[in-house]
Amino acid sequence: MHATDLIGLSATEAARALAAGSVSSAELFETYRARAQADRDAGEQGLNCFTWVADQQPPDAAPGALGGVPLAVKDLFCTEGVPSQAASRILEGYRPPYSATVVTRLREAGAPLLGKTNQDEFAMGSSNENSAFGAVRNPWDRERVPGGSSGGSAAAVAAGLAPWALGTDTGGSIRQPAALCGIVGLKPTYGAVSRYGMIAFASSLDQAGPLTRNVSDAALMLSHMIGRDPCDATSLQFPGAVSMPSAERLDGVRVGVPAELTGDGIEDGVRTAFEAALELARELGAQISEVSLPHAPHALSAYYVIAPAECSSNLARFDGVRYGARAQDPRDLLDMYTRTRHDGFGAEVKRRVMLGTYALSSGYYDAYYGRAQRVRTRIAQDFAEAFGKVDLILTPTSPTVAFPLGERTGDPLSMYLSDFCTIPMSLAGIPAISIPCGLSGGLPVGLQLAGPAFSESRMLESAHALERAIGFDGGGARV
Amino acid sequence: MARLARLALAEEEIEPMARELSAVLDHVAKIAELDLDGVPPTSHVVEVTGALRPDVPRPSLPREVALAQAPASGQDGFLVPSPQA
Repeated sequence: MHATDLIGLSATEAARALAAGSVSSAELFETYRARAQADRDAGEQGLNCFTWVADQQPPDAAPGALGGVPLAVKDLFCTEGVPSQAASRILEGYRPPYSATVVTRLREAGAPLLGKTNQDEFAMGSSNENSAFGAVRNPWDRERVPGGSSGGSAAAVAAGLAPWALGTDTGGSIRQPAALCGIVGLKPTYGAVSRYGMIAFASSLDQAGPLTRNVSDAALMLSHMIGRDPCDATSLQFPGAVSMPSAERLDGVRVGVPAELTGDGIEDGVRTAFEAALELARELGAQISEVSLPHAPHALSAYYVIAPAECSSNLARFDGVRYGARAQDPRDLLDMYTRTRHDGFGAEVKRRVMLGTYALSSGYYDAYYGRAQRVRTRIAQDFAEAFGKVDLILTPTSPTVAFPLGERTGDPLSMYLSDFCTIPMSLAGIPAISIPCGLSGGLPVGLQLAGPAFSESRMLESAHALERAIGFDGGGARV
Repeated sequence: MARLARLALAEEEIEPMARELSAVLDHVAKIAELDLDGVPPTSHVVEVTGALRPDVPRPSLPREVALAQAPASGQDGFLVPSPQA
């Protein structure tokens, strides 16, 4: 098959072609490998999606159901013997002695490692500008951000440099870059996927998920990711299997639209595309009603206490002792710690470590962390109440389309507001998916669907019906 | 606070850090307005209790593999500078 035709296949189609023998896993891998390597070689002239690219197809690349569909993996997943530094200088040169459970599961299912993707350092950011490897560019407009923190994964899939990619989502880090790059991004229910081997940011929120060209690919990847892992005590047995979606209608599906996440702060072009998607949902048979998430406007505040608090604790392990970089000629132990961390962490990571340390310090704990955890309870209760009346909640994924590089780096709060619509679901631990629902000024707009815990299969069915009706063409981003 | 976080900050980093952190803290302070009396805290969204496994010895990472990524190692351990100069 010609390389252009190979790139045109979705991951599901590629897996089918591999099974039928019309494509060989070697030619598929080499086609993508060459494209990924070319982007890496192009440096500043490319999109800067990859931090490492395989130099050949791994020998065990084509077992299992997938038969050898190459997988791009966010840098923060540990991959045995392959650089894994979460885009941080402090882990320079780190080659883990083990692989993350989810990477192993996907490899055993027949998705070999194509490369590691660029990201915001330790997944802290919404623009992929906080990276030791430099910013990633958006394939729809190179002067704009791809979103973050899984920006390299999203841009690589949108540009056709990888058939699909693995990302992580703490407050929107899969869904927001998927929206800004015009692809599909799914954050599973907290606990559905093992976190073992994911370099931790905020452990009560972090969750791995797929970034794909379409909804079927997301379902296919997720079906090979889920399940309890003895190495992650918070992982759970997924009830049932993830089914491959086929719905074309939404008859009988009750859809809720929360005023709190669809009003102020959503830019006009995004609102127009969102309202058109709602109209399509109605035409497909969905019953649309307003729901209330009264505490959702406080989610951002609660998140920016909880996530930095957990980050300051998790990142204490980066001290220059066991792995990564160490400051030269330390005076004593304390000097080694403080200078290693000064030199190794970027500005945003330092901000969050400081914020979290403050929020957890004695005298402030109750006012910040304690209160934020109570707000979290309220937010989860709001969703539980809403899901008593509706099956799905629809919102825009991001309040804006992709913004220009550099626009928000000087103002952390404006950057944080990018995740206004995605953070509430993260705090509640529920699954949510972003699918492209149109263009605004030539840039993709994302539609977010959220459902109750472990409702992934139902959510994917609805996303499939909507995707089909929307008919978004992602070809504009292909390089 | 930086000392507590084991983070050295250069003189010129202190003022912007203080300014940016104050802006974020002012924003998050909005949760002080909520009435949260009697609301229990959520530390984890999923109920996981008694996630125990049988206490059976099993192989772990070999020592030389665990030490291989360290900036300095020796005498079967990680080498660090003295706590007191």
